[in-house]
Amino acid sequence: MATASEIVSGHLPVRRGLMARLEGRVSFLLLAIAAACLPLLDDSYMGVIATRACIYWILISGLNLVVGYAGQIAIGWVALLTLGAYTTAVLTAGAVMPEISPYLALLASGAIGAVFGVVVGLPALRLRTFYFAMTTLGFATIVTQIALAWKDVTGGGIGVAGPVLPWPFAPGWGFYYFCLALAALCTWMTANIAASRFGRSLVAIRDAEVAAEASGVAKPALLVTVFVFSGALAGVAGGLFSSLQSYITPDAFTFDLSVLFFIAILIGGRGSILGPLLGTILLTVLPEIAAPLVAWSTFLYAALLLLIVLLIPGGIAEMLDYRNRRPLEQHREIVPRPELLPRLLDGARPEGTLGLSGIALAFGGVRAIDGLDLDIRTGEVHGLIGPNGSGKTTTLNVISGYYRPTAGRAQLNGTALPFGAPHLRAGFRIARTFQTPRLIGGASVLENVMIGGTIDGHGTFAESLFLLPRHRRDEAQLKQRALQALAAVGLESLAAVRADRLQHSELRFMEVARALMLRPAFLMLDEPAAGLSAEEIKRLGAFIKAISRAGTGVLLVEHHADLIFDICDRVTVLNLGKMLAAGTPAEIRSHREVVSAYLGA
Amino acid sequence: MLESIVSYGLAVGAVYALIGITYNVMFTASRAFSFTAGMLGMMGGVLGALFIGQLGLPALVGFAAVLVCGAVMGVITEIVAVRPVLKSIEQHLYVLSTLAFALLIAQFTAIEWGTDARPFPRLIPIGEGVFDQKFWLPMLACAATVIGLELLYRRTLIGRAFLAIAEDSYAARALGLPEQKLRMASFALAGMIGALAGFAGGEMLLAFFGNQSILNFYGFVPVALGGMGNNRGALVGGLLLGLFQQAANFLVGGIFAAVAVFTVFIIVLLLRPEGFASASGARRV
Repeated sequence: MATASEIVSGHLPVRRGLMARLEGRVSFLLLAIAAACLPLLDDSYMGVIATRACIYWILISGLNLVVGYAGQIAIGWVALLTLGAYTTAVLTAGAVMPEISPYLALLASGAIGAVFGVVVGLPALRLRTFYFAMTTLGFATIVTQIALAWKDVTGGGIGVAGPVLPWPFAPGWGFYYFCLALAALCTWMTANIAASRFGRSLVAIRDAEVAAEASGVAKPALLVTVFVFSGALAGVAGGLFSSLQSYITPDAFTFDLSVLFFIAILIGGRGSILGPLLGTILLTVLPEIAAPLVAWSTFLYAALLLLIVLLIPGGIAEMLDYRNRRPLEQHREIVPRPELLPRLLDGARPEGTLGLSGIALAFGGVRAIDGLDLDIRTGEVHGLIGPNGSGKTTTLNVISGYYRPTAGRAQLNGTALPFGAPHLRAGFRIARTFQTPRLIGGASVLENVMIGGTIDGHGTFAESLFLLPRHRRDEAQLKQRALQALAAVGLESLAAVRADRLQHSELRFMEVARALMLRPAFLMLDEPAAGLSAEEIKRLGAFIKAISRAGTGVLLVEHHADLIFDICDRVTVLNLGKMLAAGTPAEIRSHREVVSAYLGA
Repeated sequence: MLESIVSYGLAVGAVYALIGITYNVMFTASRAFSFTAGMLGMMGGVLGALFIGQLGLPALVGFAAVLVCGAVMGVITEIVAVRPVLKSIEQHLYVLSTLAFALLIAQFTAIEWGTDARPFPRLIPIGEGVFDQKFWLPMLACAATVIGLELLYRRTLIGRAFLAIAEDSYAARALGLPEQKLRMASFALAGMIGALAGFAGGEMLLAFFGNQSILNFYGFVPVALGGMGNNRGALVGGLLLGLFQQAANFLVGGIFAAVAVFTVFIIVLLLRPEGFASASGARRV
C-alpha cells in the first residue's frame, strides 16, 4: 500500500511501467542482436529475405500507428510502397530527368509517400471503417492502373530498374545493414510515439472517439500528422524495395502485399509494437521455409486473416499480456480522498459564469430543448433534474459542443463558445463525463486518465518521435498528475489494469478522474451515481461537493433526488425541454408543479 | 466515337450499378458493407466462362448454374464472415472478415483458373456494332434487377420484411420477423445480383480474376454517390460513372480517367458522406 506522501507527490510505485518496459526492451535487444549477427550464417539468400523483412517493417511500423493504434482500416497501403519505389527508381534511372543520388531519391520517395499518405488518409477524418478501407483499396487500384498506363515514366508493364546503393551500402550485407539500421530507427520512433500523449490519443480515437474529443484531442490534426509520418516511412520503404528488387514492374506490387502488411499487424495485436514486428518476421519468412506453399501464400494469408478476426481479435500481443489475465481482487471498494483535490485542481483557470441563453434544439419534429436559459457558476454545484426526455443530456451535449442548437448562445464570462466543435471545449477548461462511461478499453486505467490532460502537453509530435526534453517533461508531468487524480478518486491501486476489466462503479470514478485532469473550471457530470451503491453514492456526493469547493463549477445531471438535494447549491428542473423551476434545493422541494410533475407527492 | 463512348459507357456503368446494388442489398440486410461484392462479380464472369465456354453447358443452364453459385456464395458469406462478427462490439471486424473471405475465393480462383483474362462465350448472336450483345446484355440485366427489386421491396410481404429489418432490426425481431433467415435470404439475393453483373458483363470484362478489385472499387463509387442502401441512386451513379470513365478514356486517356474518378470519389465522401440522394443523420452522443 502506498503512503499518503507518495500519493501526493505522485511517486506511486506502478509496477507495470518499469517491468513492461524492461521486458519490452529485452525482446527488442535480443531481436536486434540476432539480426546483426545474421551475416555470420553466410547465407546470401537468407540475407535477401532478412532485408525484405526489414523493408516491410519500415512500412509496417508506420502503418501500425494508423491501423493498430488509431484503428483506421488502411488496407491499400501497398500503393504508397509502389509510389515510393517508382519515385526512387525513376529519379535514379536518369531516363526522364538527370539522375540524382539514391539517398536523395529515397528522401524524395519519403516526401511523395508523406503527401499521398495524407491524400489517402483524408477521408478517414470524416469516415470510419468501410469507407476508409474502400478509399485505400481504390487508391491501390488506380496507382497500379497508372503504373501500367504511364509508359513514358514507369515503363508500363516492362518496368524500370531500381538503384544500386554505393559502398558501404552496396547490395548484399551492406544494404542489409542499411535497411536494418533504418528498421531499428523506425521501431524506436514508433515506440516513442506509442508511449507519448499522441499514441494515447490515437488509441483514444480508436476506442472512444467521443471521450477523446471531450478531452481536447483534435482528431483531424493528429491523424494528418500520423498519415504524413506513416506515408513517409512507406515511401522510403518503397525506395529501398526498388533497390532490393533491382527491377520493378507493376506486378511486384500486388494487393497480396497489402494484405501481408495488414495481417502482420493484426496477428501481432493492436496497440503493440513488438507483436506486429514478430508478425512481420513470421509472414516474411514463413513462405520461404514452406517452399511448396508459395503459390498458396496469399490464400493462406487470407485464411489466417479470417481466423484471426473470428478467433483471436487480440493477436499475439494479447496472448502475451499475461499480466492482465491475473484475477483482480474481489469485493473492491472505492474510497475517494476529497482532501487531495485542492492540490490536484490547483492552477490558473477561469472563474465566473458559464451561461446558456435562449437555447433551442429540435431532432426532427421533437423539440428537445425549447428556449432554455441556464447559468452555472464556478465554485457551485448546479443540479439539473427532470423526467426522462426532458432534455438534460441534450443540454449537456449542447454545452460540450456536440450539438449545434438552432437558436441561442452559450457564453463563458461573455466569450461566445463555438458549437459543433467539441474538441475545443477542453481549451475553455470545460470537462465532462458520460451517461455510459466512455472507456478506452485497450489502455490501462492510468493511460485512460492521462488522456484527460492531453491539451496540457507542450511538446510536438516531432519532439516525441525523438524523446526530446519537452516530451519527457510532458510525460512526467502527465503521469504524476494522473496518479494524483487516481489517488483522489481512490483508484490508484488499479492504475496498471486494463480499463475494460474494471467494474461499472470504478469506470464512473475513472471518468471523473479523467475529467479532473483538465483542472476544469466547469465539470459536467451525466448521471454519475447511476449503478452505484448507496454507500458509494454518499461518498460520491461528498467528493462532488469538494470539487466545487476547490473552485470548479459542477453541472450535475442526476435522477437520485437525495443526492441532488444534499449537495446542490442551486437546482434547475426541466420538463419537455423547458425550465419548469429554478432555485435552491429547499425552494425546489416545495415547488408545487415540480412535486406533482416529477418528484411525486 | 460518340456511339462507342455511350454504348460502352452505359454497359460498363450498368455493371458498376449492379455491383453497387449488390453492396446495397447486403447492407440493408446487415448494416454491414461487404467486400465480397467485387468478388461475386468476378466469379460471375469466371463461372460463366467455365460452365458455358469450357464445359459446354447450354447457355440457359449455365446461366442458372452461375446464379445458384452466386446465391450459395452469398449465403456462405453470411454464415462465415458476417454472422459471427455482427454481435461483436468491434464494428470494424466485418470489414476484415468479408475482405478475407473475398480474398480466399479470389486467390483460389487465381490458382485454379489462372491469372490471365480468358474470353467469355457469346451467348445470343443478336445485334452488332454499338448494339452488340456485350453492350445490351448488362443494361438489360441492370434494368431487370432494378425493376425486380422495386417490385420485391414494395409489392411483396417478404420485401417489406427486408425493409423492416433494414430500418430497425431490433424492432423487427420484436415483431417476430425471423431476422437471421431474412438476412441469409438477402445475402443469397445479393450473391445472385453480383454474379449476374459479372455474367452479363462477361463478354466485355472477360473472365479475369483481377476484376474483383476493380469491381470492388468502381462498384462502390455508385453507392458513395447515390447514398448507401439507395438502389436508384446506385443506378444513376453507376451509369454516370461508366459514361464519365469511357468519355475520359477516349478523350484524355486512362490515367486521367482513373485519377479523376478517385478524386471525385474522395471529394464526394468528404463533402457528402451520405451521398447525394440520401438524408444524413447519425447521432454519436
